[in-house]
Amino acid sequence: MSTATNTIEQLANREYKWGFITDIDADSAPKGLNEEIIRFISLKKNEPDWLLEWRLRAYRHWLTMKEPRWANVKYHTIDYQDIIYYSAPKRKARPKSLAEVDPELLKTYEKLGISLQEQERLAGVAVDAVFDSVSVATTFKEKLAELGIIFCSFSEAVQDHPDLVRKYLGSVVPYTDNFFASLNSAVFTDGSFCYIPKGVRCPMELSTYFRINAANTGQFERTLIVAEEGSYVSYLEGCTAPMRDENQLHAAVVELIAVGENAHIKYSTVQNWYPGDAEGRGGIYNFVTKRGKCIGRNSRISWTQVETGSAITWKYPSVILQGENSVGEFYSVAVTNNHQQADTGTKMIHLGKNTRSTIVSKGISAGFGQNSYRGLVDIKKGAANARNFSQCDSLLLGDKCGAHTFPYIEVRNNTARVEHEASTSKIGEDQIFYCKQRGLSTEDAVNMIVNGFCKEVFRELPMEFAVEAQKLLGISLEGSVG
Amino acid sequence: MLEIKDLHAQVNGSEILNGVTLRVNAGEVHAIMGPNGSGKSTLAQVLAGRETYDVTKGEVLFDGKNLLEMDPEERAREGLFMAFQYPVEIPGVSNTYFLKSALNAIRKHRGQDELDAIEFLQLVKERMKLVEMDESLLNRPVNEGFSGGEKKRNEIFHMAVLEPRLAILDETDSGLDIDALRIVADGVNKLKRKDNAIIVVTHYQRLLNYIIPDYVHVLVDGRIVKSGSKELALELEEKGYDWVKEKAEVEEAR
Repeated sequence: MSTATNTIEQLANREYKWGFITDIDADSAPKGLNEEIIRFISLKKNEPDWLLEWRLRAYRHWLTMKEPRWANVKYHTIDYQDIIYYSAPKRKARPKSLAEVDPELLKTYEKLGISLQEQERLAGVAVDAVFDSVSVATTFKEKLAELGIIFCSFSEAVQDHPDLVRKYLGSVVPYTDNFFASLNSAVFTDGSFCYIPKGVRCPMELSTYFRINAANTGQFERTLIVAEEGSYVSYLEGCTAPMRDENQLHAAVVELIAVGENAHIKYSTVQNWYPGDAEGRGGIYNFVTKRGKCIGRNSRISWTQVETGSAITWKYPSVILQGENSVGEFYSVAVTNNHQQADTGTKMIHLGKNTRSTIVSKGISAGFGQNSYRGLVDIKKGAANARNFSQCDSLLLGDKCGAHTFPYIEVRNNTARVEHEASTSKIGEDQIFYCKQRGLSTEDAVNMIVNGFCKEVFRELPMEFAVEAQKLLGISLEGSVG
Repeated sequence: MLEIKDLHAQVNGSEILNGVTLRVNAGEVHAIMGPNGSGKSTLAQVLAGRETYDVTKGEVLFDGKNLLEMDPEERAREGLFMAFQYPVEIPGVSNTYFLKSALNAIRKHRGQDELDAIEFLQLVKERMKLVEMDESLLNRPVNEGFSGGEKKRNEIFHMAVLEPRLAILDETDSGLDIDALRIVADGVNKLKRKDNAIIVVTHYQRLLNYIIPDYVHVLVDGRIVKSGSKELALELEEKGYDWVKEKAEVEEAR
């Protein structure tokens, strides 16, 4: 067999490095979903009535919906009555400092290489760590508060800033939006909230690490980021999950709102949830709704994602371009190895004049991985002179994986300009041999070629995140080329 | 330095090298010439460790070590370099980054310290002059969008940075105009030292006007049928390959 194929076969055999389970008593709801459970969650979180009502409306709507099956992924039917919808680590009261946080939890973070203490001291990154469903520690909050920036867990926001939450919750992703978004709206337990006031440029990257822990706990987080006129925020989301045999459902909703003129939100994700083992057992089902809305003139929303984890990824970070001259961007790297499946892409909805969007998607398939790009560029009637550029590239490692592209383009304004480029290439034996002839090992060669392929996306990531993403890519593909 | 003994190699079951024997000492330049399909490039590729070819018989020693047992990257780290006939493009990977990784892999193998970015850049700037490389080619992705001449020049530039003990130039002259040919050859000549050796694989004699070989070997049907001094190349140019072929057949008949 050829070198490249051999290499590819071997690169897939690395064990999931982050697979460990933290032993903490959970304060959990019984399995299953009904209005009682939703009331239980809402009560646990001491929520106002309007929010409980909103949840219940979402739930009743969800009952009328069917699980979507149009994505190019295959999985066993999910039993929604077999999931625990609320699970929180037991603790006395909201911790005021890291010293009050359960040492078991902190150990978990250390294994993940996060070390809150270190970050608090060194990195200038404020971390809102979500452990299962409840936030356990938030750092740098005071510093941010001085600037008027609100960065807290979603539950805290509901208590402390109910008006803001009520105004914006569901304003981009309504609870009727889609099956998984409705489910999330009914049962979400926590997440992050971020508000950047007028004219403020957030001086540090805001970062959240999510972690799914208790067995059979679907995690339904909700993130809401609001940027006022002339403000800027860069938000990082990074994820790892411990190893489990059963598939775990993850249905998050993220809403970004660039409210004012020149508001700019940059949202970066590195997702390396447990992808399942080499035979395709276990792994996270990741069904996420992420959408941003550019309301202000010249406002801008950028999504950058590096997806290396999950058994199934179903995710389309989108932008509604309403304000004149507003800009939407989507930069994506999706890796599928072993039996992973990804159906991911974006929607750019152009409503306003002179709106612009850029889509750069890089799909990498190895092993038996199936990688689909699905994207919609929708230019509405009023979007005079709207422009879009899309580029979708696929890289195949080996001959048992697949790459698919489903681009949809709808143009209702004839002054619009839409460009689409697509390519599929196979990592070449020639390339690997060339690198080896210069003294590089096969693994370094593959890493280099793959990283080169993803370069346009990586350079959109904040520096330290880019380094992490490159490492992650190497780990995800390790053993898949020999 | 290099000893090839009765080397046989095939691809997909058909024999391409048919008992090549050759000895190359430090400080020497050898030219391997031959008609199309004679196995010249195969010989270069087998020496570099390309796995498309199966070695069925014979032995190759490189500084006394069994070359055929080594992976391609090990051969490179031991000091064997091949300038590709068709240099490969690696999109998104800058030429400098690529070369720095390669050089440091080789240095690590030799127990030397890895060069940091500044030291490396100094080295690169110095070596660039040898092949009159344009500085803009450093930060462009490896060979991507390079002209044919730029690619070949880039190969010699790699050689200048990696400083191999044995360099095999596989049809480095093909696709070069006369000016580019001169620049590439000048670069190679400047890199020639007492402790390294060069094997030039070529179809035409013209490269050998610039890189003067100590020995010329003619490969026909996977075997060296004639060896001689640089004058042999001129004779070949004049009389063509059929002349050696016929002579070889006559000798075989005896």
